[in-house]
Amino acid sequence: MALKIVKGSIDRMFDKNLQDLVRGIRNHKEDEAKYISTCIDEIKQELKQDNIAVKANAVCKLTYLQMLGYDVSWAAFNIVEVMSSSKFTYKRIGYLAASQCFHESTDVIMLTTNQIRKDLSSPNQYDTGVALTGLSCFVTPDLARDLANDIMTLMSHTKPYIRKKAVLIMYKVFLKYPESLRPAFPRLKEKLEDPDPGVQSAAVNVICELARRNPKNYLSLAPLFFKLMTSSTNNWVLIKIIKLFGALTPLEPRLVYSCVHVVKYLGLLAMSKILKTHPKSVQSHKDLILQCLDDKDESIRLRALDLLYGMVSKKNLMEIVKKLMLHVDKAEGTTYRDELLTKIIDICSQSNYQYITNFEWYISILVELTRLEGTRHGHLIASQMLDVAIRVKAIRAFAVAQMATLLDNAHLLTGNMQRNGICEVLYAAAWICGEFSEHLENPMQTLEAMLRPKVATLPGHIQAVYVQNAAKLFATVLKSQEGNTDSTAAQETSQLMIDRLPLFVQSANLEVQERASCILQLVKYIQKLQQKDVEIAEEVNALFAGELNPVAPKAQKKVPVPEGLDLDAWINEPPSESESEDEQPKAIFAKEEPKHSRPRHTEVDEKELARRREARKQEQANNPFYIKASPSSQKAVYYKSHKHKIFPPCVLSFFTGLPMSDQYVKLEEERRQKERAEKKKKEKKKRKEKRSGRGKKHDSGPESEEDITPAHQVDIVTEEMPEVNSLDILYFKKSSKHKKKKQKKEKEEKEKKKKKKHHHHHHHSDGGGEESVQNGTVEEEEPLPVSVYQSSARHSVYDIQGNLQDGSQVVVSVIFENKGDSFLKSMEFNVLDSLNSKLQRPDGSGPHDGLTVPFQLPPGVSNEARFVFTVQSIIMPQKLKGTLTFIVKDSSTHEKLDFKLHFTCTSYLITTPCYSDAFAKLLESGDLKGSSVRLEGVNMPFHHLLARICFHHHFSVVERIDSCASMYSRSIQGHHVCLLVKTSGQTVSIDAKCDEPTLLGNVLDEIKQTFSQC
Amino acid sequence: MQFMLLFSRQGKLRLQKWYVPLSDKEKKKITRELVQTVLARKPKMCSFLEWRDLKIVYKRYASLYFCCAIEDQDNELITLEIIHRYVELLDKYFGSVCELDIIFNFEKAYFILDEFLLGGEAQETSKKNVLKAIEQADLLQEVSHVG
Repeated sequence: MALKIVKGSIDRMFDKNLQDLVRGIRNHKEDEAKYISTCIDEIKQELKQDNIAVKANAVCKLTYLQMLGYDVSWAAFNIVEVMSSSKFTYKRIGYLAASQCFHESTDVIMLTTNQIRKDLSSPNQYDTGVALTGLSCFVTPDLARDLANDIMTLMSHTKPYIRKKAVLIMYKVFLKYPESLRPAFPRLKEKLEDPDPGVQSAAVNVICELARRNPKNYLSLAPLFFKLMTSSTNNWVLIKIIKLFGALTPLEPRLVYSCVHVVKYLGLLAMSKILKTHPKSVQSHKDLILQCLDDKDESIRLRALDLLYGMVSKKNLMEIVKKLMLHVDKAEGTTYRDELLTKIIDICSQSNYQYITNFEWYISILVELTRLEGTRHGHLIASQMLDVAIRVKAIRAFAVAQMATLLDNAHLLTGNMQRNGICEVLYAAAWICGEFSEHLENPMQTLEAMLRPKVATLPGHIQAVYVQNAAKLFATVLKSQEGNTDSTAAQETSQLMIDRLPLFVQSANLEVQERASCILQLVKYIQKLQQKDVEIAEEVNALFAGELNPVAPKAQKKVPVPEGLDLDAWINEPPSESESEDEQPKAIFAKEEPKHSRPRHTEVDEKELARRREARKQEQANNPFYIKASPSSQKAVYYKSHKHKIFPPCVLSFFTGLPMSDQYVKLEEERRQKERAEKKKKEKKKRKEKRSGRGKKHDSGPESEEDITPAHQVDIVTEEMPEVNSLDILYFKKSSKHKKKKQKKEKEEKEKKKKKKHHHHHHHSDGGGEESVQNGTVEEEEPLPVSVYQSSARHSVYDIQGNLQDGSQVVVSVIFENKGDSFLKSMEFNVLDSLNSKLQRPDGSGPHDGLTVPFQLPPGVSNEARFVFTVQSIIMPQKLKGTLTFIVKDSSTHEKLDFKLHFTCTSYLITTPCYSDAFAKLLESGDLKGSSVRLEGVNMPFHHLLARICFHHHFSVVERIDSCASMYSRSIQGHHVCLLVKTSGQTVSIDAKCDEPTLLGNVLDEIKQTFSQC
Repeated sequence: MQFMLLFSRQGKLRLQKWYVPLSDKEKKKITRELVQTVLARKPKMCSFLEWRDLKIVYKRYASLYFCCAIEDQDNELITLEIIHRYVELLDKYFGSVCELDIIFNFEKAYFILDEFLLGGEAQETSKKNVLKAIEQADLLQEVSHVG
């Protein structure tokens, strides 16, 4: 307050300050000139006063008027007066006025020399700064001559703020007084390496401008600038330097090279930025970028590599990788080679091997990469080999053959066993040969290779895999030999094991020791039985039975929680409260494993699960998915024993019997050509057919990305599926396995038409009504037997899921199952839109058009299709009527099936974990409205009840205390739904809160219905 | 850079900074001519034009035109960048700057420009540093004002 009063009184002291003047001018639009002339008169009066504050104010106003175009040169002397004020406020105004109003012919400038010199040497850096700034505008040759020395001194000022200004102003001084350049230049050059980036860039600026005027004299600075260019991160400076080089190049052609270099670097950098948003436009410059790989400069090569990653497509992957492989061979220096290696693998494996069309080729690339000595990335190659071998079933035979060769040649691979990172691939090789030993051509030979004494020099974890997989191989060998009449071979094999295994029993590595001694005893026992002529192979093989299927980390979520399994119940009492809370969201996984000692309800998928689990346990140690689940442990295994060392330049050792990856490029080309040719043939046929109808021709055009069909398919990768679907995984698997067979069968049985009435089957046995609350259950109306040819009864299960990304979308996954005996095709799915919910149809189709189901259904086969609906309001449940039309192939009749889709409110909820403190805050906020419901006669344990709510209604348990639990869920549009569930006897009360009462009411109704059915 | 002009859509000059010494008469003539030329250009036209032996780089921000004259060999794009950087600085200093800020505090606008450009060359590319210098100088001014 006090300050304001003081300020006010100061203001009043002046007749009119700048603001008043500006306001006044704006208010006198009509008679501006008149108003201003009175103002100028006032200013003249003010300037006559002694008070420097009044004078400064007047000068300030004059500066403004000067801008408006009024002549103020008469006040030049007053400006100098204000400049000379000892107070910074006035000095600042004075210098500003001077810099705006003075020019070379202003005679008072002569008077300022001493004042400026005084200011330049002021202890206050801002005084100096203001003087320098002003000087930069009105420096005259005289001033330049007189002050050059002072400014030069300032170039070494302690404050970078001053140094920077001084350096810049030197340019003006040089222009006005060229003689100063010679003595100042060394210091200026010094400033190029100033620790302060501002000063540095100022110096670059000045030299750049000077060089433009006379490039010859600055050639000697080129190396210095080159250094700056490679080290500077300031784009402004980089641009200046490039410009400078531009000025210098006419004199020194060598510079063109470095200039091109920088531009190249910047270009690549820019491209990688563009690539993120416009991949297509960068892809067209592939050849150019590949050329950059040949560049001498490593940093350019690395940038180009980065770009390549984003550029590959199915079409050019092989070509690009081939090129990279050439570089790997040529590359000097392990760092760059390793970088290349990782990039090759990154490029190939990106987006789940999306761009690989031929996995044989990829395996051979990987094998070729193992020849790199001294690479640190053995484990990377190894994990790729494992991944591909497991997930691409078709490739296993080939992979196994390759791996066997690798094992055979292990001695070539590992010059210096312990320290060589590449020996990690043996880990993969041993495991693949063991696990898929049925594909081995000569398992005996591989077994011998794996039991060589030299293996004992390998790192422990690899030995462990060797031992375990030797056992698997042993089982396979036994099986093949037992069929023979001569049993000696089998016994010899056992003897081989017994002879070699003790070596591992002595191992210092605990794991190796343990496995070896275990297997040794087993083999000894087998030998005993063999001597009694007992057929043992089957049993030995059973040890390793069970196929390993790839399972995505998220797959567990897709399996419905079996009845009676309470995922949230404690097995042991929690050690402490806080810990249990932290673990809440992960509880589903963490507690799954120990559960199966409990009585299980009979469900197929549970058995399946148990079987898989059993298999997993057996393979646990070397199961890659076991490792995968916890990447940290994987690292622990891989990194344990090798130290990063620099190795001598690559020595290539040649294997026999390994195909070169190059040949695949050719093969692939041939394959594609064939495909294309076939396609063309087909198209021709089509065209011929069409021609009769239409005369129009259309060319197939160049090969597009979609045209390239992969030679091998990666096994189903459930990881990538966007939504969690509780049921589809089981159906999905089944269908993909049996589809082909069924189709064949269908052909054979084509003739045998059967007219059979099928009743509509409900998936859940409890279903009788046309309606069900549960998400993911049947609800398709029985078709009326209208047609004579009774429609093959069809059966569908659907699941409605909200789309997390979009609050107005739900995805309905429908599983179509053909229960009849006829082939169904041309299925069209259509739903009568309501105001609120609409089926998303592709652009250009009408609001009543049906969607084509993208597959056909042979009898007994099921498949899943997804349909997206947009929903406006989610607070009410809804039923949509729909029809499915299809053609029965045998009779070529159109059939129709009516169904109803029930969009429950539950289906708009998304299971969202919520911590108890956040939950408490939510309840406290008071934004939520309450409601409650009471369930009578619920005869199930509390944890079952909770599990049921979680499973069917997408809730998660926040906290559970005895017979009381809080639960949470969120709608796709962000509504919070909180439940407090209490139980006493057979009565369950649910108190609920939600920010949308209608939604809450409906959800509660649905919960009630769930429990009324049990 | 030869000079920088700020003018409104109505053609009113709001700020001028000359890095070459010219007489008032010349300055006035140049200003008038340039303001007319620039204002006559359509919004879709490019930001550069050749004028006499100079290149003019201008950009419109709301109702204000920022206009710089550079030499033949100077880079237009970096000049645009300089204009933009200056606008950013004004914006930071005034807090979403508008034309009136510049009219009423035109000396501040000059001070900021002087910290950013010196003699027509960028002296400080760091926004933080420019604003720090201005703040400190302002503080100094406040102190000397009260004292």
